[in-house]
Amino acid sequence: MTEYLQSTFLGPEVGWLVATLALILLIALPLMLAVAMIIYVDRKIIAAVALRRGPNVVGPFGLLQSFADGLKVFLQETIIPSSANKGLFLLAPIITFTVALLAWAVVPFSEDMVLANINIGLLYILAISSLGVYGVVISGWASNSKYPFFSAMRAAAQMISYEVSIGFILISVVLFAGTFNLNEIIRAQEGHIFGVVNAYGLNPLLFPMAVMFLISSMAETARAPFDLTEAESELVAGYQTEYSSMSFALFWLGEYANILLMCALNVILFWGGWLPPIDWEPLYAVPGIIWLFLKMFVIFFIFGLAWATVPRYRYDQLMRLGWKIFLPISIFWVVLVSGYVMVDKFGWPL
Amino acid sequence: MQIFAFYLFASIVIASAAFCIFARNPVHSVLWLILAFFNAAGLMLLVGAEFIAALLVIVYVGAVAVLFLFVVMMLDIDFAELRAGFMKNLPLGLVLALILAAEFVIFGALSWSSEGMGEATAVVGPPAGGPSNIEALGTLLYTKYVFLFEAAGMILLVAMVGAIVLTNRKRGGVRIQNIRDQVNRRPEDATHNTQPEVGKGVEL
Repeated sequence: MTEYLQSTFLGPEVGWLVATLALILLIALPLMLAVAMIIYVDRKIIAAVALRRGPNVVGPFGLLQSFADGLKVFLQETIIPSSANKGLFLLAPIITFTVALLAWAVVPFSEDMVLANINIGLLYILAISSLGVYGVVISGWASNSKYPFFSAMRAAAQMISYEVSIGFILISVVLFAGTFNLNEIIRAQEGHIFGVVNAYGLNPLLFPMAVMFLISSMAETARAPFDLTEAESELVAGYQTEYSSMSFALFWLGEYANILLMCALNVILFWGGWLPPIDWEPLYAVPGIIWLFLKMFVIFFIFGLAWATVPRYRYDQLMRLGWKIFLPISIFWVVLVSGYVMVDKFGWPL
Repeated sequence: MQIFAFYLFASIVIASAAFCIFARNPVHSVLWLILAFFNAAGLMLLVGAEFIAALLVIVYVGAVAVLFLFVVMMLDIDFAELRAGFMKNLPLGLVLALILAAEFVIFGALSWSSEGMGEATAVVGPPAGGPSNIEALGTLLYTKYVFLFEAAGMILLVAMVGAIVLTNRKRGGVRIQNIRDQVNRRPEDATHNTQPEVGKGVEL
């Protein structure tokens, strides 16, 4: 598309700009639609576990529930607390939302469906996801209210703790794949298990990492059972307490876009991304994007089940899991994996 | 296009650095500082140092500045005192700024007059087709500079251990969570069924 637009009357530079903008919209708009639908799916999963029906009134099977909620929120009045720091109060949801969208620039949807195929893709995602905490922290401080402030403190500590072990988990995948480029990481998984299964996750060396990454990504997105930042029974709604209307909706959209991103990352790093699960010729006839979405859906289903079944962690348990269990294990695993890769490449040193 | 991006990033860096100093509220100062870091990363990208740019964002924006913000938010700040400190340190700061500016000017003039500098400034960034940033850095750090690199790592480790030792104090009379006891606790240890007769209490 970029080449086509550059060859028209727009010329190389304007054509490139228009094409890139169009591609960004092509990712962002379906993403918003996906977020609306995944909120519906989430509510249905939790309802099913609790033996309820979930949303079933608006539209067929309640499919339009999220859009009805969006419309309702859109028509509400934006209330800004009188003692809040007005500029930052309004800036915080925008930061959360923007950061959640930014990371999607490097996600490969299929072999050549990727906006920016950069060779530091994984580092870029790590950098962008480390910015996500600012939306929460700023909103908690700017609200000038006790509960949001507690929530901001918790969020800052929680997200930083889990980012450290996520970094080490990513390093062990990078050691295996030998690249930071997401597309090449996926390609390296082709027929990884006995030339049959396209997944790092089933490699006995990487399986513990896959499980730890799944748990860490729940903690990183502050999703139940790690949703201490918005623990409704202690902190009202955490950092969102003082928000209403569109600014509240932006938090929700950003949060779910982040959860989807983490699902996509799980799939890309450990379960073969857009490759079919088994390296068998007829399966490649199905477009890669469908395989990616199917796998993401499975991971999201696990997220939903975890929310519905696992009780919320206590704060000290959360910190203990991050620093005393995940961090040592992941550091040890980096050493183990790099040793394996060395032996695999160069043979025994003796 | 590159020139435009350079001036955009550079002007934002300078402006946010200025705002960082002049902002009344320390939290705003930290946020301006973060914006400056972020745009400095953009400048790094422009010269083709994408790995350094990513590290700048991950380490400084993602971790250091968050902790900084964390501390500043918790502080109870006296603005008047801060203002006074600003006026007191202004002369020293100005002198330092002047020295730095003079160094830049002298270095710039020297390198401009020396041969071949015009070419060097024209070609910014790594040569096309060469090894990527990460490969080049990794090769250098783990072959030529491996001892310096390990020494830097050791110093950081010692600093980290030292900080933990200095702040970790044992206090008596504090009840702390013992996770192992909690996990090993079984219903049988904590509860027992009784069938008390009418009128008789239960022994706890």
